[in-house]
Amino acid sequence: MSTTHDPDRSGKNSLPEQTTWQEVQDSADFQALRRSFRRFVFPMTVAFLVWYSAYVLLAAYATDFFKIEVFGNVNVGILFGLGQFLSTALITIAYVRWTGRNLDDQAAEIGSRVRLDEAHR
Amino acid sequence: MSGVGTAVVAAAAPTEAVGNPVVNITIFLLFVAVTLVVVVRASRNNKTAADYYAAGRSFTGPQNGTAIAGDYLSAASFLGIAGAIAVNGYDGFLYSIGFLVAWLVALLLVAELLRNTGKFTMADVLSFRLRQGPVRVAAATSTLAVSFFYLLAQMAGAGGLVALLLNVQSRAGQSLVIAVVGALMIVYVLVGGMKGTTWVQIIKATLLIAGAGVMTVWVLAKVGFNLSRLLGTAVETAGNPDLLGPMVQYGASDLTKLNFISLALALVLGTAGLPHVLMRFYTVPTAKEARRSVQWAISLIGLFYLFTLVLGFGAMAYVGQERILAAPGGVNSAAPLLAFELGGVLLLGIIAAVAFATILAVVAGLTITAAASFAHDIYASVIKKGEGNPDAEVKVARRTVVVIGVVSILGGIVANGQNIAFLVALAFAVAASANLPTILYSLFWARFNTRGALFSMWGGLISCIVLIALSPTVSGAETSMIPTADFDVFPLANPGIVSIPLAFFLGWIGTVTSRGSANHYSKQAEMEVRSLTGAGAEKATSH
Repeated sequence: MSTTHDPDRSGKNSLPEQTTWQEVQDSADFQALRRSFRRFVFPMTVAFLVWYSAYVLLAAYATDFFKIEVFGNVNVGILFGLGQFLSTALITIAYVRWTGRNLDDQAAEIGSRVRLDEAHR
Repeated sequence: MSGVGTAVVAAAAPTEAVGNPVVNITIFLLFVAVTLVVVVRASRNNKTAADYYAAGRSFTGPQNGTAIAGDYLSAASFLGIAGAIAVNGYDGFLYSIGFLVAWLVALLLVAELLRNTGKFTMADVLSFRLRQGPVRVAAATSTLAVSFFYLLAQMAGAGGLVALLLNVQSRAGQSLVIAVVGALMIVYVLVGGMKGTTWVQIIKATLLIAGAGVMTVWVLAKVGFNLSRLLGTAVETAGNPDLLGPMVQYGASDLTKLNFISLALALVLGTAGLPHVLMRFYTVPTAKEARRSVQWAISLIGLFYLFTLVLGFGAMAYVGQERILAAPGGVNSAAPLLAFELGGVLLLGIIAAVAFATILAVVAGLTITAAASFAHDIYASVIKKGEGNPDAEVKVARRTVVVIGVVSILGGIVANGQNIAFLVALAFAVAASANLPTILYSLFWARFNTRGALFSMWGGLISCIVLIALSPTVSGAETSMIPTADFDVFPLANPGIVSIPLAFFLGWIGTVTSRGSANHYSKQAEMEVRSLTGAGAEKATSH
């Protein structure tokens, strides 16, 4: 952790400007952050795309199934549609909570190690 | 109430207008006056390029989220979806779901990473670690294409609305109103920049959602807050119970179903590639606020689409399909007619003003995006090679605003009355094909390089436009733009199902067949660290 960046090691101009970025990218902390971020967002993306595709395909090819009335005039199709609203809300809430716990502080801490005066033109 | 409404409509039938044009215009002018004051006040602090393009990055997440909802809920979503449900039943509902679910792509994969890496435009991110010149030209071209298609759809839609709400029947009169709307928009964007435009969006979104909310409660009150009863009344009036199920509009054949699936794909993947939506993420100070923006946008947009479900079936029940289709503006007149049916002249006036405000605000948002992209990506980065001064760049942006404004006025006048509904779908298809693959590749695939980006962007853009040109939208059918010609070799009106996978494939093949530049992985490291940690991200300007 502390080995990724030492402000006194490089002197003034001895490092090419991108080195600090690469050092941070190679650090175990950053790799772990990236892994945990991707482990959350990729499966979640696949999940809602599959769920949405299922909905679209059912609407197109299982019209009779969508027309089955569940209560009164409210049918399976309307409930599936409202289910898409619900899943969108739940994924949004889950993501906001997850980032609050697992991303924001870690990202800020790792980001603060980048030496911007050199790395940021 | 409804008896009185019917009587007035019947009396007004010869001129084909409803409500009182004077009331409609008065309420709209009130909106213009209030927003102009806000825009002028907001513009006082416009000094730098970051102020003009990105509102000094000083908006909060909730403010920006409301503005995003304002940008996104165009006349096509408000009038179009309510009308589509009223006329085609469940199929209209399918649109709104695609438009909503799409926001998850923006939330999970794009908004924060983009905010951390870019400065003003979509191209900032796409060209971050690639060759600036060609990538920016491609990104700016697709930005301009998406903005132009979307703009034209908004401006042309204004014509029908004018006929319905202001009782302006003559073509010249409608053209004049389109010109006035365009001129107002130019003033907003010139004077207010991104800050003024954002405030216009916030005010408009608030009015729109509040207006739709009032109407929703009103409709629900008529059926004792019983959704089942509303649906029952609606299909009873329409005399077609199939309207409660899908595929009334798209179910004719396997081809029409495939066309629907193609549209659904473009809707869900297009949103996160719409340049005017992406640009909004730069108006907040941090990635966390960008996330909150999307969170707010999803809440407001989701709520609004639930309202349109009620409004659409409400219009089917209480206005009736025949009257909607017979009204000037056709499908788009469902929501205004329902407002009149419920609340008479005053509610119609409010909803009419909101509809105009919607067109005005969306056009303003598109114009500033297109102008920023031209000035920042083409003028400053390609023509001046990044060495021009920022003041000159903003000056170019302002001139571009005027040019785009004039072009959209002329385009709107020419396209007035044409069947241009496909333009919004085309804008989403181009966004999903030309923009999204490159955005995702450059954020998540280390190997991705310049050739991949150029293949994907140009391939996506060109394939979309060519496929549309070869589709029944343009020729070969009675409803085509050129019904007499016959070169519709591509059977789908929506190109997404071909162009989106093609663009992803081209991005991959372009990348694996070429080598990255010498500093490829060091730039990639910088971009990746920036995107996830926010290190070196553009800060808010303080005043």
